[in-house]
Amino acid sequence: MSEQFPALLITVPLISAFFITALGWRSAKPAYPIALLALASALFSSMGLFGEVLKHGKVSYRLGGWPPPFGIEYAVDALNAFVLVVISFVALINLIAAKRKVDGSFSGKSPAFYALYVMFVSGLLGITVTGDVFNLYVLLEITALTGYALIGMGDKHAPLAGFNYLIMGTIGASFYLLGVGYLYLATGSLNMGNLSEIIPTIQSKQTIIFAFIFCLLGLFIKMALFPLHNWLPNAYSYSPPAASGLIAPLTTKVMIYVMIRLVYSVFTPAFSFGHPILPTVFIWLAIIAIVMGSLLALAQKNLLKILSYIIVAEVGYMVGGFWLGNSDGMTGAILHIANDALMTLCLFLVAGNFIFVLKNDRLESFKGLIHKMPLTMAAFIIGALSIIGVPPTCGFFSKWYLIKGGIEAGQYGFVAALLFSSLVNVILFFKIIEITYFEPETKDGHSLHHHVAIPREEAPLSMLIPLAITTLLLIGVGLYSKEIVTGIIQHVLPTI
Amino acid sequence: MEGIESIRPLLAVAVSILAVPLIMLSSRKPNLREGWTFLAAGLKFLIVLSLLPLILDGGSYTLTIVQVLPGLGIKLRVDSFGILFALVSSSLWIVTSAYSIGYMRGLKEHSQTRYFCFFALSLSATIGVAFSANLLTLYLFYEMLSLATYPLVTHHQDAEARKSGRKYLAYIVGSSIGLVLPAMLAIYYLTGTLDFSYQGLFTGTESPLVILLLLLLMIFGFAKAGIMPFHSWLPAAMVAPTPVSALLHAVAVVKVGVFCIVRVVTGVFGVQFLQTLQLGTVLCYIAAFTIITASLIALAQDNLKARLAFSTVGQLSYIVLGVALLSPLGITGGMLHIAMHAFGKITLFFCAGAIFVATGFKNISQLNGIGRKMPFTMGAFFVGSMSVIGVPPGGGFISKWFLVLGTIESDQWIMLVVLLVSSILNAAYFLPIVYRAFFHPPGETGISTGMEEAPSFCLIPLMFTAFCSIVLLFFPQPFYSLAEQSVRMITQGW
Repeated sequence: MSEQFPALLITVPLISAFFITALGWRSAKPAYPIALLALASALFSSMGLFGEVLKHGKVSYRLGGWPPPFGIEYAVDALNAFVLVVISFVALINLIAAKRKVDGSFSGKSPAFYALYVMFVSGLLGITVTGDVFNLYVLLEITALTGYALIGMGDKHAPLAGFNYLIMGTIGASFYLLGVGYLYLATGSLNMGNLSEIIPTIQSKQTIIFAFIFCLLGLFIKMALFPLHNWLPNAYSYSPPAASGLIAPLTTKVMIYVMIRLVYSVFTPAFSFGHPILPTVFIWLAIIAIVMGSLLALAQKNLLKILSYIIVAEVGYMVGGFWLGNSDGMTGAILHIANDALMTLCLFLVAGNFIFVLKNDRLESFKGLIHKMPLTMAAFIIGALSIIGVPPTCGFFSKWYLIKGGIEAGQYGFVAALLFSSLVNVILFFKIIEITYFEPETKDGHSLHHHVAIPREEAPLSMLIPLAITTLLLIGVGLYSKEIVTGIIQHVLPTI
Repeated sequence: MEGIESIRPLLAVAVSILAVPLIMLSSRKPNLREGWTFLAAGLKFLIVLSLLPLILDGGSYTLTIVQVLPGLGIKLRVDSFGILFALVSSSLWIVTSAYSIGYMRGLKEHSQTRYFCFFALSLSATIGVAFSANLLTLYLFYEMLSLATYPLVTHHQDAEARKSGRKYLAYIVGSSIGLVLPAMLAIYYLTGTLDFSYQGLFTGTESPLVILLLLLLMIFGFAKAGIMPFHSWLPAAMVAPTPVSALLHAVAVVKVGVFCIVRVVTGVFGVQFLQTLQLGTVLCYIAAFTIITASLIALAQDNLKARLAFSTVGQLSYIVLGVALLSPLGITGGMLHIAMHAFGKITLFFCAGAIFVATGFKNISQLNGIGRKMPFTMGAFFVGSMSVIGVPPGGGFISKWFLVLGTIESDQWIMLVVLLVSSILNAAYFLPIVYRAFFHPPGETGISTGMEEAPSFCLIPLMFTAFCSIVLLFFPQPFYSLAEQSVRMITQGW
């Protein structure tokens, strides 16, 4: 069975989406168990695949038995096996926490929600596993379409935010498709492995450079690299919490993965980093993204908006780190894919708990929350420390590599931007912690010295347990950074 | 020289973390809850003490907790300087715990469970810093201490606490992320290691300008040491309950700051290396400026705790100065001052708290004639002042003596003058308080005649630390041996 993992990974969730919809006509009850089972099987498959890859090296799967470059190939090495595990884990954890939120907010539409949810995940898994640049486009569209629908299920602002996302997402995908077209024109191939063999032999690089720029431009829109980020904050903060916990941690990170994959396995590192100006331009775009994302986050009054702008800054971390082009920078970027997915998951789950209890995410309604929801707040603080980059949480270690890579490459602007964003994060999160911790003040600025006991009102256990697992992992993954770096990342880094 | 692999250093660090859940669980039974604190404090001290004999024989303990990055682990190492600091803080935690009971219950403070929890966490972080074997571990525990002390500083949860809390974090976390972190990574990039070594990590091929920059980033980045202009969080942090000011802002937190500076100067840059680059003098002047300026500001403070805070800022720079002299006697003096100043200053803070508990007074101008009402407290205050000024019968005399010898040894005559002027200023801001307490007639503040001391849970700890201050003058062990041994290792290389 293990040789079928790459196919099972995608097909099981995809087929179960149809079952959920079909059964959903009669009863909404089986939707959740089927979704749970599908994603558990996806996690199992990706873990199995991961083990396989670690043991035997690269795994290649021919869809329908057609040999590449004619058929579609699923090519899995340590890098995408690692990303697969991250995706299926985050999707499963968020699904467990989503149950109560779904029951509460759109119980009538729950089969539709779960079907879209599972299809979205299979799209992401497909993007990660595929070795074919056109197949990647198709899967990109599957994720995008399901994503619009999921976002549109949110509150009254959500349809507009989803529409915005739809327009921008389509433009991004079109650019990518344009790039793929140029590639096909120049090489006659769509298979990644095949492309990377043909590209170095092509004499006139003009077409390839255009393909490269178009593909990356499309991805930059999709990953919300500043100033192409405008669709993201509204889409992520107005979507239903049950969906934002899936979309926010994963979408941008998968796009970063695709960027890395295109550089490693299509355009080749020698070509991509060989261009005299482009890598430097990308690093400066990243610096601007980090600084602007952090500053814009400061101006927000809603937790989800703050988190969304932090994601904009974090995208800058990974893009900048990767284009430093040295092994520390790339290690940091890849490590940060996993770390940032976990941190973002943790904080979006926290936000979900807050919204579940408070019915909104405005900062001013957080007063006394540390007494009201102590467990969720504990997770929030650890998640915040990880985003700030305090050891031993995992956020520290990816930042460590990113900064070290920046120093090594002499990109002090990037180093300064990373430190600046850490400091802004300190302000951002302690501003929130202050609101939850200090008492409401009286008019003359002095607090009442009666310490009124605030009753506990925690989120239900089905939301707390996934949050607890994620939070503990922030520290666990941090302490095992060495294993991830030496066991996984160092195998996939190219030698430049 | 490889140390003995042992789990005991980790136990010494962890024992107070382990007490936290127990403290939380017994929040409804205050006596049991404080029992856990005492148990943890006692165990911590005993474990540290059990490490002492081997260290005194010239050995060391090591433990790699976890290898977090390739070639870089979270590692503990107990050496003579580390254990000197660990002994000071773990012993004073026991005393402070007793004092905390008297103070917090005397004032019927809220959220005492939270208070004792974070106190225990802070002490874990403190011992962690003392036993760190490399810069990464040091940074980890340093940050842990910053965060664990935030709820203590802002204990009152009012507008003033919020303001001070912001200042506290801005200075301490801001400087450690903004200055120490990049400096640490640059050092790692340049040298390929972060493990402390008395020979220094640098090869000598680096540009002196880069070294100076890194040194300054480190010195100012460890803002807990309160070197000007990174000092103003300390007076602001005085809004905390007095036991917090006493243990954390006279001993644990601020001494962690200078400890880190001493560690970095001796274990990362290396004394010899800095000598050849002649960078010690720069540090000397930075420290001297803080010493004099802080003392002058202290003179103008009417709030007793604020005056003590500025005195602390000045005294911390004594330690930095001692190390900056880069001479054996100077370093000995600096290390000894960690212990001597700790016992003296904690006594003074305990006294300030006792006065507040008994009378509600915070300002020096209110203390006319208070010596008649609280003779024991003010007697202890006198002893503490003597120690901080650096004259017998206070133990501070010894460390100041070595510091003075150090300035002569390294021909820094201006620094000698700085030390002497500072002593006069110290006397000028402490002795009037004692004079006012004993010789001024009680004014209209309405202090009744007749003794009315603070609760004995407050009084006994402060008497005890004052007593220790005197004993240390005649018998400065084991601190003297440990400092001397550290200096021997520093001068010979590890």
